[in-house]
Amino acid sequence: MSNGLGVAKFVLRRILLGLLTLLLVSIIVFAATQALPSDPATAILGRNATPASVGALREALGLDRPLLTQYFDWLGGILTGDPGESFNARVPILDYIGSRVINSLFLLVLASVATIPLSLLLGAVQARRRDRTFDQVSSFSMLGLASIPEFVTGVILVILFSTGLFKVLPAVTQIGTDRPWSHLDQMVLPTLTLALGAIPYISRVTRAALIEVLESDYVEMARLKGAPERVVLWRHAMPNSLGPVFQVIALNIAYFAGGVIVVEYLFNYPGVGGALSASVRVRDIPVIQFLVMVLAAVYVVTNLIADVATILVTPRLRTRVS
Amino acid sequence: MTDIAETSTGDDAALPKPRKPLGVFRIALRMWRTRIGLGITAALCLLAFFGRYFAPYGENEGIGVAMKPANELKKDSLFGSGELGRDIWTRFLYGGRPILISAVLATAFALVVGTVIGLVAAYNRGKLDDVLMRGMDVILAFPQIILALLVLAMFGASDEVIILTVGVSTVPRIARVVRGATVSVVERDFVSAAEALGESRQRILRKELLPNVSAPLLVEANLRLTFSIAVIAGIAFLGFTSDPISANWGLMINENRSGLIGKQPWGTALPVIAIALLTIGTGLIGDGLSRASAGVDRERGDQ
Repeated sequence: MSNGLGVAKFVLRRILLGLLTLLLVSIIVFAATQALPSDPATAILGRNATPASVGALREALGLDRPLLTQYFDWLGGILTGDPGESFNARVPILDYIGSRVINSLFLLVLASVATIPLSLLLGAVQARRRDRTFDQVSSFSMLGLASIPEFVTGVILVILFSTGLFKVLPAVTQIGTDRPWSHLDQMVLPTLTLALGAIPYISRVTRAALIEVLESDYVEMARLKGAPERVVLWRHAMPNSLGPVFQVIALNIAYFAGGVIVVEYLFNYPGVGGALSASVRVRDIPVIQFLVMVLAAVYVVTNLIADVATILVTPRLRTRVS
Repeated sequence: MTDIAETSTGDDAALPKPRKPLGVFRIALRMWRTRIGLGITAALCLLAFFGRYFAPYGENEGIGVAMKPANELKKDSLFGSGELGRDIWTRFLYGGRPILISAVLATAFALVVGTVIGLVAAYNRGKLDDVLMRGMDVILAFPQIILALLVLAMFGASDEVIILTVGVSTVPRIARVVRGATVSVVERDFVSAAEALGESRQRILRKELLPNVSAPLLVEANLRLTFSIAVIAGIAFLGFTSDPISANWGLMINENRSGLIGKQPWGTALPVIAIALLTIGTGLIGDGLSRASAGVDRERGDQ
């Protein structure tokens, strides 16, 4: 029983640390806007604005209040689901961003669904044919793929599948205000671009973890009992390799939070990543603050889940923690 | 990526001998992947740095109508014209240098600052260690490109700002590696001996600890260079560069994208191939180095 308590304590500690990190992140995001060389009100109205109109806008935007009040109002607004208004469009941020959050999550889910089984399969086949031609060729090409930036992979896919070699898939998404799941053909390339950035890492860890387990005594025992190699691999070896694999899966899903920025821009996909680079271009501070907070939160929470889950699926670590 | 808690026995004989960076490099050079990587990287660096002296036209010189293939232009051109009617081959020869210089400077900055933070944190376990590494965790809570965009939104896209943000967001990644490698060294006898001799703290960090972590540092530096190239080219692709007129591979991909559908794919294809090869090259070197420092000479299961 004391063991279970130790795990609970560890999980609680991790969650509290995660919350603390998010709080510090929010301070950085807020402080960054204070470092803005020009006043937001001046930025909106332009250089020729009269001091009176700038003052009026500062008041309307709440910029004349003490910093701490502004910070807590802003943080409270985000937590209660009311992050305020966009500077440029002058509409509530959630009206502008709401459907984009769903679109991005859909892309994230598709990318994960494509990535995980493919990586596990590739890693397993590589481990089983260790050091043979397939293993060496695929490991080497995955190594190359791992180094290429996402937007470059994306453009290569566009050239291969929509404008150059084969003309089978749309080069950009044209979703507009529709729901992305009604345009699945347009989702293929963005999904594939994100997935190809993650598969090399996950398959590599899967391969290494499986090879280690495949050399252990209990796997030898299963083989001696006459279990077919397929059963040995998937039923006996795979479950025990999942600890490190799980961690790298979560890390890569967290990494998607950064990847969506260039991928959504490249494919003109109406998600939060595209919205962030667009609002950076027009310096729409409240939208930038909100989106950075959302993306950082996804990143921190996924990492947190990875840490906790790794402890839970690895019995060895479970006892060490307590 | 993950911080592995190191337990030290204090028994020097039981600890593996740290490898010297030069030795690691020599072992890495025996592997074909390292040689291929070095070859590709060297070729692209030469192209990026000196290609511009062989450019047929000026960086911003128009050679005719925009987005035309070479055979439809009156002037001689290898790959035709890109956006604004500028020569694609010329723009390509000019566009590598800014990315490469920024990436190298950002990585160098991160290397220096990250090493100092990692060494200091490992040597001063306790309060200072906690504060430093917690600070590093906060920076790690931002994906690199998001932190970069946040700062660019505030200060605008100048070279200094881009180099500093990419550098700062790389610092914690290096600090973690250095701290992890140093923690086990700090406990060893020769460090206590140096302390007993009354060596200054700075000297201990520099002369006793640093040489022992330089091999993992070398591996990490290479990995980070690859990522810095990717982030800086990505930022340029999004349209954030210090100078929107001058050539830049990332920006070039974005500007010429409409040519993919028309008859002018080269404006996109050339910089795409260059960035892909450059990152594959540095990635191969990194893989060779990490195999060499882990003592893996050939393809094997352990990393």
